[in-house]
Amino acid sequence: MSTRFVLKDHVNESRLVNDRLIFSAIFAGILFTVLMARLAILQVVDHEHFDVLSNKNRVDIEPLPPQRGLIYDRNGVVLAENIPTFSLELIPEKVIELDETLSELAALFSVSSEEITDITEKIKQQRRFRHVVIRERLTEQEVAIFSANRHRFPGVDVVGRLIRHYPHGALFAHTVGYVGRINEKDQARIDEKNYKGTLQIGKTGVEKYYEDLLHGQVGYQQVETNVQGRIVRELENEPSVSGQDLFLNLDIHLQRVASEALGDYNGSIVAMDPKTGGILAIVSKPDFDPNLFVSGISLKDYAVLRDSIDRPLFDRAIRGHYPPGSTLKPFVALAGLELGVVRKNTKTYCPGWYSLPGKDHSYRCWKAHGHGKVDLKQSLAQSCDVYYYDLAHVLGIDRLHNFLDLFGFGRRTGVDIPSESRGLSPSSEWKRSARNQVWYPGETLISGIGQGFNQTTPVQLAYATSLLAMRGINALPQVARGSRENANSELSLMPIKRDDSLPIVKTSNWQVIVDSMVEVTLGQRGTAKSVGKDFPFVVAGKTGTAQVFGIKQDEKYDVETLAKRLHDHALFMAFAPAENPEFVVVVVAENGGSGSKTAAPIARKMIDQYFGVATDEH
Amino acid sequence: MNTNLLTDRANPERWSLTKALRVIHLDASLLFGLLSLLGVGLMILFSAGNQEVALLVRQLIRIGTAFFGLVILANIHPDRMKDMAYWIYGAGLILLIAVLLVGEEGKGAQRWLNLGVVRFQPSELMKIAVPLLVAAYIAERPLPPTFSRLTVCFLMVVIPALLIAKQPDLGTALLIASSGLIVIFLSGISWKLIISFLLAAASALPVLWYAMHDYQRQRVLTFLNPESDPLGSGYHIIQSKIAIGSGGLSGRGWLEGTQSQLAFLPERSTDFIFSVIAEEFGLVGVGLLLLLYLAIAGRGLYIASQAQSSFARLLAGSISLTFLVYVFVNVGMVTGLLPVVGVPLPLVSYGGTSMVTLLAGFGILMSIHTHRRMMTS
Repeated sequence: MSTRFVLKDHVNESRLVNDRLIFSAIFAGILFTVLMARLAILQVVDHEHFDVLSNKNRVDIEPLPPQRGLIYDRNGVVLAENIPTFSLELIPEKVIELDETLSELAALFSVSSEEITDITEKIKQQRRFRHVVIRERLTEQEVAIFSANRHRFPGVDVVGRLIRHYPHGALFAHTVGYVGRINEKDQARIDEKNYKGTLQIGKTGVEKYYEDLLHGQVGYQQVETNVQGRIVRELENEPSVSGQDLFLNLDIHLQRVASEALGDYNGSIVAMDPKTGGILAIVSKPDFDPNLFVSGISLKDYAVLRDSIDRPLFDRAIRGHYPPGSTLKPFVALAGLELGVVRKNTKTYCPGWYSLPGKDHSYRCWKAHGHGKVDLKQSLAQSCDVYYYDLAHVLGIDRLHNFLDLFGFGRRTGVDIPSESRGLSPSSEWKRSARNQVWYPGETLISGIGQGFNQTTPVQLAYATSLLAMRGINALPQVARGSRENANSELSLMPIKRDDSLPIVKTSNWQVIVDSMVEVTLGQRGTAKSVGKDFPFVVAGKTGTAQVFGIKQDEKYDVETLAKRLHDHALFMAFAPAENPEFVVVVVAENGGSGSKTAAPIARKMIDQYFGVATDEH
Repeated sequence: MNTNLLTDRANPERWSLTKALRVIHLDASLLFGLLSLLGVGLMILFSAGNQEVALLVRQLIRIGTAFFGLVILANIHPDRMKDMAYWIYGAGLILLIAVLLVGEEGKGAQRWLNLGVVRFQPSELMKIAVPLLVAAYIAERPLPPTFSRLTVCFLMVVIPALLIAKQPDLGTALLIASSGLIVIFLSGISWKLIISFLLAAASALPVLWYAMHDYQRQRVLTFLNPESDPLGSGYHIIQSKIAIGSGGLSGRGWLEGTQSQLAFLPERSTDFIFSVIAEEFGLVGVGLLLLLYLAIAGRGLYIASQAQSSFARLLAGSISLTFLVYVFVNVGMVTGLLPVVGVPLPLVSYGGTSMVTLLAGFGILMSIHTHRRMMTS
């Protein structure tokens, strides 16, 4: 057995380590002297200071919640404000008999036993010196009742708080959104410290998207309180920083016109400034009153909203999936021009139907006996389906998909409202991965007229329209225009957001499409003559009538027999003036029947309002 | 030969407690010091825990269990411990990784491993395993260690420390790192090396600072100065300082501290128990307590200096000095000198796991002292 023998000098080693031990002992002695010095400062030098703090009075630290920023429209009209209310609150630490107090309060203010259980649970979770809300929005009478009985409830008090209020009710329900009580899910995404003393947080819409900006920074005050918890003296005060005020691009007048013009139709209207991407009006119908949510919506009210077949809580403008129908045609036509598949003067004969070479199945044009010979301009003006069946067939789905992708179809626009949907712009690749099926040539035809798998959100369509209007110069849709720190500071504008992938198209091709869309509103046979009529500016537009219900080969679409919910969706997109566009509008009226009869006149009202033209009704 | 241990040189016939304890490998002075400290601890705990007897009983059961461990370790020869060092360390490391993968959460950190019967904190095992292994490894070769062996030592310290910091348990990670670094320091590495290491660490700080995001910097700043954050960690410190300061020279008397008794002081039976002592017994009381800590550690350092191998010397030195680091960090923390890292006051704070490891450490000290070969034999 051989082990490597290591020569060790034991005497030297132990001296080395012992020296270090002595050094360490001295060092430890110094450190402990420092501790003693620190203790002597606290306990002897500053003793009186701390003695006062601890003796008769106690020190409390109260969070000072910041005031939430206000939200204005572009004219400075308030869309979301803070109004004072009174709430009944309790500080657990200062309550002597908690259970008894709660049951007596419950009797006085008719608080249900479930609410009491909730409150007890909350008390257990929080620090004992934090306020717990028992009842929000006390009426004047309730405040009076409590004041008369205050002596019975030490540690309970009426506290004035600011609460969010939406003066225009349902008008901005989806876009501005609403605030609500902070729940567990919210707690995971916020800095809990900054929300001490804050009861509400943005739940939907702009209120949620710009939560950080609107909320502000919590402050605190360190105070001396007496035994009853009343503040005797303030020791330190770090004021809170109010949230920033938010100015939106929305115009309340236009928004009102949009809401009224859409009337009883379910659906959506999006109007934007194509130069900046600023959203001027955005409506989703049906709507609801956001004020219901602010201090906790009742189960009954919520059930009504949730279970309604019309889904009022659903924001159709950014989440509604609609087949674009014929509103897709200008983009398909542009694809044809850009990829050299058609030219301005190429004519296609429309007999009223189209079939693929060697196949029996015939695809119908909306006009049963056909448009005859149509060129590109007339194909758009009259919305000839056969022209686009043929064009899509020659383009093929994947080339079409890649071109539409440049216009944002199938992608989120990134609008500053949470939970935007992506829509769907189909491709053979998509069908393989999503459905594990091959792409059929017939599906290309249907895609060419914006039906089939195509799904577009109104905001997406508005963005794509603004790209047409601006001949490819893009500005992504944005609700917020700017913010300011407080009422005295300057408004700082938000930057215009742009997309990197610009659709590069020949200048002349843009013009062909714009001219054709002008023909829609001004041409003899244009589908939206009502829009161009007696109007000082030139409007470019396109109607769309999107099928909700598949009609079989030999059946006829019969408005009379079909249930309202299965009627076609009516769509219209437009921009004006055609040569120097300032205004883009997209209208989707669910089950509106026809784009030209229903959606186009609604868009005309919007255009009139924007350009200050009096309409017949006025 | 063994009878030598039982006979007092001056009074060969007299029976003495010291000698009797020696038979079961316990050191009387250290034992006396520890028992005094534990007694004071129970008294304070009674006050801090709202005079709840059940709390005391639970703490007593822990002390009993921990003492059982102490006696067992005291009876294991230091050489056996040295042999087992690698195995203990390896097992500890595996358990630490297991904690990160399948550990149970408590208070937002993953520290516990559920072994069916007991829940177990592998980081506690590492408090012993790290200095044990580093001492065993360094003492294999002549001191001071070469640079390449030092690098190995650093890895032995840093790897478990990082794993524990990730749980996250910064306090324990720092204590474990310091217990290993103390061994390295005691092994006699040159001052030049120590100073250049400190300089390198100091110059890395600004670089790190610039690499951090704003919110990370903010977090570091509140960590260093908790009083800037009175709604969060600063609350503890503010209340703790009031408790300590109002205690004055002689204190308010046992069970008389208002900050403590009126529940203003958070975590008063665990990390902030020192503030209760300071409020109720004043500067005189805490002075005596700190002296008791110094006396216990002093005995440990004496044992280290009398040890017969470098391994034992290094290990004993590290255990004694780490004990003082514990005290310094805790007291520094509650008096607002150091950031709040969550280190309990050793042998006084309520809580089981650290009690077991601390007394195990003293078991090792006693083993080192009582297993010396007698020169007289």
